[in-house]
Amino acid sequence: MSKNQNTLMGWIDDRLPVTQTYEKHMSKYYAPKNFNFWYFFGVLSMLMLANQILTGIWLTMNYVPSAEGAFASVEYIMRDVEWGWLLRYMHSTGATFFFIAVYLHMMRAVLYGSYQKPRELIWIFGMLIYLALMAEAFMGYVLPWGQMSYWGAQVIISLFSVLPYGDALTEWIRGDFLISGATLNRFFALHVIAVPLVLVMLVVLHLLALHEVGSNNPDGVDIKKLKDENGKPLDGVPFHPYYTVHDMVGIVVFLMIFCTVMFFFPEGNGFMLEYANFEPANGLKTPEHIAPVWYFGSFYSILRAFPDKVLGVIAMAAAIAILFVLPWLDRSPVKSWRYKGWISKIFILVFAVTFVLLTWLGTQPATGVNLILARVGTAIYFAFFVLMPFYSSMEKTKPVPERVTGGH
Amino acid sequence: MSQDGVNKGRRTLLLGATTAVGAVGAGFVAVPFVKSWVPSERAKAAGAPAKVDISKIEPGAMLTAEWRGKPVYVARRTQEMLDVLPELSDRLKDPDNSVKTQQPAYADNINRSREPELIVLLGVCTHLGCAPKYHAEVKPEPFDENWKGGWFCPCHGSRFDLSGRVFKGSPAATNLVVPPYMYESDNVIVVGEDEENA
Amino acid sequence: MKKVFALIAAFIPAIAMAAGGHVHLDEHRTDLHDTASLQRGAKIFANYCMGCHSMEHARYNRVAKDLGIPQEMMMDNLVFADKKFGDLMTIAMEKEDAKRWFGNPPPDLTLVARVRRPDWLYTYLRSFYEDPMRPWGVNNVVFKDVGMPNVLGHLQGTQKMGTAEVKVGIDPLTGQDITEVEDNVLYLAEEGELSAEEFDKLVYDLVNYMVYMAEPIALERQTLGWWVLLFLAIFFVPVYMLNKEYWKDVK
Repeated sequence: MSKNQNTLMGWIDDRLPVTQTYEKHMSKYYAPKNFNFWYFFGVLSMLMLANQILTGIWLTMNYVPSAEGAFASVEYIMRDVEWGWLLRYMHSTGATFFFIAVYLHMMRAVLYGSYQKPRELIWIFGMLIYLALMAEAFMGYVLPWGQMSYWGAQVIISLFSVLPYGDALTEWIRGDFLISGATLNRFFALHVIAVPLVLVMLVVLHLLALHEVGSNNPDGVDIKKLKDENGKPLDGVPFHPYYTVHDMVGIVVFLMIFCTVMFFFPEGNGFMLEYANFEPANGLKTPEHIAPVWYFGSFYSILRAFPDKVLGVIAMAAAIAILFVLPWLDRSPVKSWRYKGWISKIFILVFAVTFVLLTWLGTQPATGVNLILARVGTAIYFAFFVLMPFYSSMEKTKPVPERVTGGH
Repeated sequence: MSQDGVNKGRRTLLLGATTAVGAVGAGFVAVPFVKSWVPSERAKAAGAPAKVDISKIEPGAMLTAEWRGKPVYVARRTQEMLDVLPELSDRLKDPDNSVKTQQPAYADNINRSREPELIVLLGVCTHLGCAPKYHAEVKPEPFDENWKGGWFCPCHGSRFDLSGRVFKGSPAATNLVVPPYMYESDNVIVVGEDEENA
Repeated sequence: MKKVFALIAAFIPAIAMAAGGHVHLDEHRTDLHDTASLQRGAKIFANYCMGCHSMEHARYNRVAKDLGIPQEMMMDNLVFADKKFGDLMTIAMEKEDAKRWFGNPPPDLTLVARVRRPDWLYTYLRSFYEDPMRPWGVNNVVFKDVGMPNVLGHLQGTQKMGTAEVKVGIDPLTGQDITEVEDNVLYLAEEGELSAEEFDKLVYDLVNYMVYMAEPIALERQTLGWWVLLFLAIFFVPVYMLNKEYWKDVK
């Protein structure tokens, strides 16, 4: 029995491991002391997830999931519901900042080799989260039922037609012979219930896996190797309070940027809320320029880089799939790019620039120079991964220090 | 890692300051979530003051109008009906309108109305919200042998007189509500609006 | 005689069509703080546009409140007779009739400024020109073969597309206009009830109003934004100091 039997907490702890869980994941979870700003984006992703769930619940209170009512109900939220406009902008801007945080979070893993052994499962869960997030965002964008909602859905669902029995499959996804209210209704159900449930469960698994092996750090040093007389890592600090107060700083700065965009540029210059999406869906009139929202730009670029539809879809799917096997492509003996060779360093930098470029190209018409750039970018994207087993194992690495460097 | 020489007071102060400002922030964030639940502009438009044409109400008759989705009873009482009202005092729970929220000040009289004949009442029983039925005739009723005319709620048997005042022995505790209303002309009244909240 | 009118045209900004059909758009310097302009815009919209175009997501009472128009004035001047103050700004035209008359039903314009953007609207409404081949006798530079008649035509006058002498600059020495003869330009062939300047102002007000309508919360949103940023800046101070304080422990 617990020694604190006389306290309320003791009573609960005998029945539910509250204190034990709190200690395991917060006050006695030792995180490396040399986290830099890249390490904010995990908690910031969680913050955005919370924001999306909360504002999403509130939006469903007034949103009407039907082809006839959806568009008007969004404007109803924007105009007639008190503070509805803010809830809607929090949600639409939140989607963008969720992806910003997630992309930077993933970039952090690439920089410091956080996907390497023994953190492969964390990476896999993270990738599943990313996949679910893409599905979530895509279906969410259909809900306002504007022109871009409609034609974006048309384009993305058409991608499935390259699969065997493609026509039957796309018809099954749409639930109709064209994108219709039936499609909208099932996307609504998936967007507000099914995918969020999966997302939350995956986040829990992601964190459980992380806390099992411990956090990586910018040096890629295993802090569990060197412990003090009490068995605490010499280079570790308890997550609470040290990283809770630390993350607060990151959160406030992030919120300042978030609020600047949300309050002053809610349309994100047409990249977040596309102008054509303020026009109700019309199945007889295609907008002149169909572009995805910015966060799908990179993969859309890869899709369009191929003149053949089947090849394009395969390439796009491969571009996402290859991320899953990243832990096994990296053969480097060191984790962090700080100690990798110059080939890796250059490749990582070029890859980052390429990804941004592809993202931008995806929002632009794919003609002329843009198309050539997209093809070059696609080649670099795949080269980064496909060549990794070779350059990462052959290049000369720098010695990794015993203890973490820098920090505070 | 060591906590030697830590200024505990400073640490507590900063923790308190952060918590306090953070709590204020959380309060601000809660505002849109809480306030988005109040009736929207659409609800308010639908609940806008209702105009009621009273020219066609025969003496003794009643019509049911609608305001904010609730029934509004507008009845034109005859002089005989009005004469009954003062005699009922000791059979009523609140003959003198002591619960002021049940009627605007201009209806705080024995007729509970602006003009003596015309009574305007929300048709919502003050017991559990059913719509009371109009029984204008003075005759013995199954629910009251000594019935002098008024409203009877079929749900739980609350009885109200022709001014909407509740009889003793009814489950309802208060008189029927007189909504704000005003005369736009001799023939038209506006329910839901008066000089105070126009 | 035609040449004389062409010279008059020299004083209005001409809109030349580039080879690729890409049209230069005149800038609309939207000012949502200019309540008088918004009020004029509301009136112009009610008089010239609302016969065919609804603003079905907006409510009269909201417009009145935001633009500072008293309820009675609003009801008398801007609200259709069968409408109540809190009603949505729909119109009576049946979609089927509209389709028969115009080919396509006139679109709802609540959000048009967010779809088309202010510059486009400002240019579009001033770029109708005579074209006998079209059902309404007019075509438009930025919206080719548009199905809409030029409802502001009597105010602007008759514009034509063709060869005319247009102003290309001002001589720095004499202060006089430098003109050139150009092909494919819009020119005012017949003056309307308003001068070119007055007409531009009228369209400016109209577009200003449409921008307001597309997002009525815009001004409030920005004001609130400053307060939120101020709060976050204040919040940053203890948060930052708290972080510094705790990390003193970590050597």
